[in-house]
Amino acid sequence: MTAFAFPPVHQGYLLQARQMQALSFSVHIPLVCFGIALPAIILYVEWCYLRTGDTLYRTLAQRWTRIMVALFAVGVITGTILSFEMGLLWPNFTATFGSVFGLGFAIEGFSFFIEAIFIGIYVYGWGRLSPRLHFASGIPIVVSGITGSFMVIAVNGWMNHPSGFRLLRGKTVDVHPVAALFGNSYFWHELLHMYLAGYIVTGFLLAGAYAVGRLRRFPIPPTRYERTALAIPLTIAALAAIAQGPVGDWAARDVATTQPIKLAAIEGLGTTTKGADEHLLGWYVDGEVKYGIAIPKLLSLLAFHNPHATVQGLDTVPPDQRPPVNVVRVAFQTMVGIGALLGLIAVIFLFVRWRHKRLPDSVWFYRGLVLAGPLSVLALISGWVTTEVGRQPWIVYHVMLTNQAVTGASGIPVSYGALALVYLAVACGVAWVLRRLARAPMDPGQSSPSPAAG
Amino acid sequence: MHLYDVPLVFALIGLGLYAVLAGADFGGGFWALTAGSGPAGERIRDHVHHSVAAVWEANHVWLIFVLTVVWTAYPVAFGSIASTLSVALIIAGFGIIVRGAAYALRSGTSSTAETRVVDTASGLSSVLAPFTLGAAIGGIASRRVPVGNAAGNLITSWLNPVGILIGVLAVATCAYLAAVYLAADAARGEEHDLTRRFRARALGAGLAAGAIALGGVAVLHADAHPLYHGLVAGDGAPALILSVLAGICALGLVWTGRFEAAQYTAAVAVAAIIAGWALAQQPVFLPHLTIAQAAAPHDTLVAITVAVLAGAAIVFPSLALLFRLTLAGRLGYTDNAAAAPTPVAAVLSASTPGLLVRVAAACLLVSLAFLTAADARWAHVIGVSALLVFILTGFLAATPAELAQTSASRENHAE
Ligand code: HDD
Ligand code: HEM
Ligand code: HEM
Repeated sequence: MTAFAFPPVHQGYLLQARQMQALSFSVHIPLVCFGIALPAIILYVEWCYLRTGDTLYRTLAQRWTRIMVALFAVGVITGTILSFEMGLLWPNFTATFGSVFGLGFAIEGFSFFIEAIFIGIYVYGWGRLSPRLHFASGIPIVVSGITGSFMVIAVNGWMNHPSGFRLLRGKTVDVHPVAALFGNSYFWHELLHMYLAGYIVTGFLLAGAYAVGRLRRFPIPPTRYERTALAIPLTIAALAAIAQGPVGDWAARDVATTQPIKLAAIEGLGTTTKGADEHLLGWYVDGEVKYGIAIPKLLSLLAFHNPHATVQGLDTVPPDQRPPVNVVRVAFQTMVGIGALLGLIAVIFLFVRWRHKRLPDSVWFYRGLVLAGPLSVLALISGWVTTEVGRQPWIVYHVMLTNQAVTGASGIPVSYGALALVYLAVACGVAWVLRRLARAPMDPGQSSPSPAAG
Repeated sequence: MHLYDVPLVFALIGLGLYAVLAGADFGGGFWALTAGSGPAGERIRDHVHHSVAAVWEANHVWLIFVLTVVWTAYPVAFGSIASTLSVALIIAGFGIIVRGAAYALRSGTSSTAETRVVDTASGLSSVLAPFTLGAAIGGIASRRVPVGNAAGNLITSWLNPVGILIGVLAVATCAYLAAVYLAADAARGEEHDLTRRFRARALGAGLAAGAIALGGVAVLHADAHPLYHGLVAGDGAPALILSVLAGICALGLVWTGRFEAAQYTAAVAVAAIIAGWALAQQPVFLPHLTIAQAAAPHDTLVAITVAVLAGAAIVFPSLALLFRLTLAGRLGYTDNAAAAPTPVAAVLSASTPGLLVRVAAACLLVSLAFLTAADARWAHVIGVSALLVFILTGFLAATPAELAQTSASRENHAE
């Protein structure tokens, strides 16, 4: 009897398939952050230009637009690969549950249409459309960035907390796709957390690029252009970084109630414990965290608001239903550690800004800022590793195992290797083009983002 | 027509639009690849890039649309197709990666040598992607994709006479559509040398595509008899005839230099052949799987139909706007000829920064209380709203734009 659409297959390269999926995500998601945040930032700058007529803002908006186009193109192709992988790597998952979650991706497809269409108009309309019309053509890009991530996260929320269907002899019956995707309370924290992460990553990377320039010329005071270019993304990233903490805490409590085994893996809790301790750092061996710093009863307090609450341990499920604990734990601690660091940078910056009405001038602040960009990308990937690897071995939580979803086709290692090579080449190309764009001569008076001349 | 056919019709319309629109983009890559060196070749390659740059992303999304509709409405068929044809699809995927990356990179190239490297890579992938996608369709049409998880042969399911035929035909059709489109674009810009060149290319590619299609009939007869029968004598026959007529008509229009009309007629020829395939094959989707058996449960079919219709109501007007602006030559990189805006205010600044800071801090505290300390859903709604207000007021209080003004008179911002 088959439990799903297709009978079981033997796949010797499940691990490579999972790594290929992870690689594809790790490339796509940082790019997507720019799709989420950059249009809004650019529109703000253009709005400043429309209000003041100061060409400084137009220069900034146009330069960032060129970055947006380049990254959008790469976001599109990496996203296309992800869509292919739904069938190439996990055909049994899609064949069984496509009718339940597919709607989310179909609606997402329409967001991509709007995004692609208006990016075409916005980017190639600079100086050709009237200023107001041009500004207006940017608004749909911002909106579709929100709806696009909304849909894909709704799918992920469903995988983590599935509902809206019944399985009957390998077929899904009683399918209610709308209820399955949007009646699910699990995805709200994911959506907000990811959305803020988009602004954190984009803001810190952009500000970091100007911090590099600032450090090179230190201690010459920054020009008006440099100050503005650094302050706008930094202010946004700083506010988002502060807001990220409470949302992350909310996420952890949702995980505690709906996915207790993921929480146990995050915390390295081997046995069910009443009044569980929280461990910082350390390594999970033989059912407990060694070499870590224990804070008594904090885990129970954080997860359930009660220092004596009982927290479910990994021992409540058989070993083959536990995720790889150290991967999840290290990823989680990396995210939270970086989150704390980014929060610190944010508080320093906002304090100086509000108190002294200027930018910080310490060299150390700018050194930290240069690091903050790459670190926020690391936090982003770590967060997804926590969510996705923490859900293992399930692809649909408590319904379908990842090894039941995988393809029966051979040759996964070959595709994986080839994809890694192609992405490496694309990464080198993108790095090269961004450097080119950064070095392009700047004449704010009448500069234009001309590719032929640029 | 039944409800379970409706999403398939949407998917086929999407496939047709992908073939016509993205097909022309791929074909442009083919002409850039074969443009040769020297200033003439460079002119061709620049023309291709400028004509396609603003629209390729929107054209590409049709592929995503087809994939998502099929996996939502016909999940078992999707899983079977994607797993058996995985080799063809992954090669097509690599082609799409290189092609998209080339658009990103071209904006950074400065010398002709660099541009050529990028154009060559993009041109090769522009041949690879339509060929493999066409071959994958050949695999489905010749009934070599059984139901199951990679149940068919990974190689011969698409590398077979019908697959190769449709793959080659796809490449030739793309080249033809691109040449017609680029000739029309050049004629609109009154670039007569380019118009002439692309007219010649369109005629060559059109004749080649026609010859391949004719020869293909013999291949279908030998290798995919049910399809052959359905196309020549079955339900697909009217569509086939329409396609042949439209194809001949389009060539005539190219010959007489009416490129715009030729574009639409050529699109009809492509659309008709896709419809012919569907009509010839229905009601079979895959061997031993009819469309009715492949279809998702009723609620899903209703939901996807509503979603597509609603989406179309938004997307088609937007697409029309994009193409109207492109055709009117209103999109492209230019110097800022448009009038500068009339400034509303000379300076941006927070009116009452002290107050805003306090409001921001208060909102952060409120959100901590409702998001962290409380668990009820309504409390989280309040918490999240307070958090958003915190970000907004915090941003206003910090008005980063103000930094641009502080010493505007003394300094020059330009380097
Ligand atoms: C810039 C990125 C970033 C930063 C600074 C943080 N996070 Fe995060 N985190 C993410 C980026 C991220 C993410 C990549 O966006 C994830 C993956 C899934 C999701 O919803 O968001 C995530 C997931 C995620 C999850 C798992 C949710 C789930 O499985 O559904 C928890 C419990 C946290 N985060 C908690 C935190 C805490 C307590 C932070 C303290 C500051 C924190 N995150 C900072
Ligand atoms: C809908 C289809 C999806 C499938 C089939 C899928 C499946 C998987 C699998 C099998 C892995 C590998 C886990 C491992 O290495 O142990 C993975 C990783 C990952 N997934 Fe999902 N997932 C899906 C949806 C999503 C969505 C919607 C998101 C984001 C919104 C997401 C984010 C990630 C990330 C970031 C990783 C990387 C983890 C790492 O780096 O190890 N996934 N996914
Ligand atoms: C299973 C997971 C995913 C799939 C199948 C997927 C699919 C895609 C596809 C096909 C595109 C290209 C659209 C186009 O052709 O224009 C794309 C781009 C995009 N994706 Fe993903 N994606 C996934 C994960 C994510 C995640 C985790 C996010 C973030 C929340 C996201 C947000 C976006 C956005 C905003 C774009 C627009 C392109 C850009 O701005 O760079 N996607 N995605």
